Amino acid sequence: MFVLGTTTIILFSIGGEGIGADVLSGMLWVVIFFSSMSGLSRTFVSEEERGTSLTLQLMATPAAVLGGKLLFNIVLASGLNAFVVILYFLLIAEFVLKTYSIFVLTIVMGSIGLAAAATIIAAIISKANTKGTLFPVLSLPILLPLLIAVIKLTSMAVEGVAFEEAMDEFQFLVAYIVVMVTVSYLLFDYIWKD
Amino acid sequence: MIARIILGLWFAAVIILAFALPMSAHPSRWYELPVIPGLEEKARIVFFHVPAAWLSTVCFVASMVYGIRYLRSRSLESDTKSAVAAGLGFLFCLLATVTGAVWAKFSWGTFWNWDPRQTSIFALLLIYGAYFALRSAVEAEEKRATLAAVYTIVSAAIMPFFMFVVPRILASLHPQPVLSVQGKTEINTMMLALLLASFAGFTALSLWIWNIQVRIQRLELKQTPVFPGG
Amino acid sequence: MTITLEALDLKKVFERRTIFRNISFLMSEGQSLVVTGRNGSGKSTLLKILAHVLTPTEGSVKIFSGLHNLSHSSHLHIGFVAPYLTLYEEFSGKENLQFALAVRGLAQDAALIDRLLDRFSLGGFKHAPARVFSSGMKQRLKFAFALVHRPPVLLLDEPMANLDTDGINQVRELMTEHRKDGVLVVATNDISDAVIPDFVVDLNVSR
Repeated sequence: MFVLGTTTIILFSIGGEGIGADVLSGMLWVVIFFSSMSGLSRTFVSEEERGTSLTLQLMATPAAVLGGKLLFNIVLASGLNAFVVILYFLLIAEFVLKTYSIFVLTIVMGSIGLAAAATIIAAIISKANTKGTLFPVLSLPILLPLLIAVIKLTSMAVEGVAFEEAMDEFQFLVAYIVVMVTVSYLLFDYIWKD
Repeated sequence: MIARIILGLWFAAVIILAFALPMSAHPSRWYELPVIPGLEEKARIVFFHVPAAWLSTVCFVASMVYGIRYLRSRSLESDTKSAVAAGLGFLFCLLATVTGAVWAKFSWGTFWNWDPRQTSIFALLLIYGAYFALRSAVEAEEKRATLAAVYTIVSAAIMPFFMFVVPRILASLHPQPVLSVQGKTEINTMMLALLLASFAGFTALSLWIWNIQVRIQRLELKQTPVFPGG
Repeated sequence: MTITLEALDLKKVFERRTIFRNISFLMSEGQSLVVTGRNGSGKSTLLKILAHVLTPTEGSVKIFSGLHNLSHSSHLHIGFVAPYLTLYEEFSGKENLQFALAVRGLAQDAALIDRLLDRFSLGGFKHAPARVFSSGMKQRLKFAFALVHRPPVLLLDEPMANLDTDGINQVRELMTEHRKDGVLVVATNDISDAVIPDFVVDLNVSR
């Protein structure tokens, strides 16, 4: 619902004018960012709310819990983003890609990176008192490097840059994912156990 | 007492010199500062902008280090230091952002251009903001300390991405660093001296504030009513 | 291999109030320990620390098999029952037990699950979601949940809560049975609840 609503708003505001590739790329990721914010924290927050956090602690190692939640979020993020992308293509005629390979890889890696960062932040805020607005506030600075990179990559895909030239940016994404996942595993014990 | 007076005088000297030293196109006398074309007098802001930016990063690192110490020792004292360092860092970050924006207006025409360095300092501002939002959202002391420490580590982990890689993605408007990583200085000696003096002054000031804040927090820690039997 | 539960100098401080300190003991199979104390004296806190779900401010708790430290896989060796434990309401009794085995990476054992459900008088409700259980039934399901992975160490916090006479008898039977070849720790206000223990930790005095 959220995704539909935002894309509609964007459509109305564009109103048929020619919009540059940069702006369209940016907006795509804005929609993705906000839909992630409404969905990716649920996995930890719901455990806390239902009181099954303790139950889970008794049954699995922290690493296993993190792995499970991370995997779930990756799947969720991928699904959400695929939906956003499809909607974007259908509703915004100006959004035309020239280099598909860059775009596809960007969406895939962007989703993984998004999930990786969102999961550890979700774990943190699930233990706090005011969960709703805290999640985007904590996530934005952490996701900013990722967003900058994927927006640039999306622009490149729209402009038709050759795949080989995007290597630097893809390396950036790989590094980001590796760092986020590593840091998550190292720190999760402290967050999860009271 | 004496230390405070010295600090006050030191800073006064730095400020005066920053504004008083004459600028000339070809500095020949030891007390002259070079002229940066297009900026002239307005370049003086560098003596406050750069140390503030530096210090906000130093405080960030300090906050993270104390956070790590907390996670290992569970000593609330470490958490206090972490929070105080973050507070100072936030202050300097604000200063750096504002002075940076002022300089930007003079050099490049607008207050904000999303130049990578500007984006990074803005990100740092967001991180500090998020840090304090997190702290105020957790009531239990130990939990608050743990979560805050974890967040400083996570944000520290992504800082390198801002500092080294984003500039390669976005074009940079920032003046090339005159002090390159190898330590070679192309900078005018007087300017360097004044810059370092300002930095020293800022550092001393922040250490002083830090010291006072930590002591206040320590006292507050002792004062909070304890339940009977504890 | 003998299972031992070792607590060394446990201290817990919460919000600057020391709940307890200097708690140490060493238990092995066939022994039982009772934790007593007023409400709020920290019984549940101590039990949570023993269950490895709460970090002590100082000190350590370990589970050994012989000399082998099992604490990293504590979830496989500990069964925990407490009033504040919540099971999965949308799952049935049977599904909860299946889940308990699956998450731990253990093989499914339908016979054991059925036996446990019958033992605690839940056999007739195998497929109903836990949401519709009475509080007594939920408590009994927690026992089944704690036993399904056959843990050597059983930690019971207020085990008689919510139970009628039949339920209480079932639990008494369980405690007698378990303390024969397992480690049993019970936290309770009522000493008569438990069979005579080998050790007693009285939190009213350990400040």
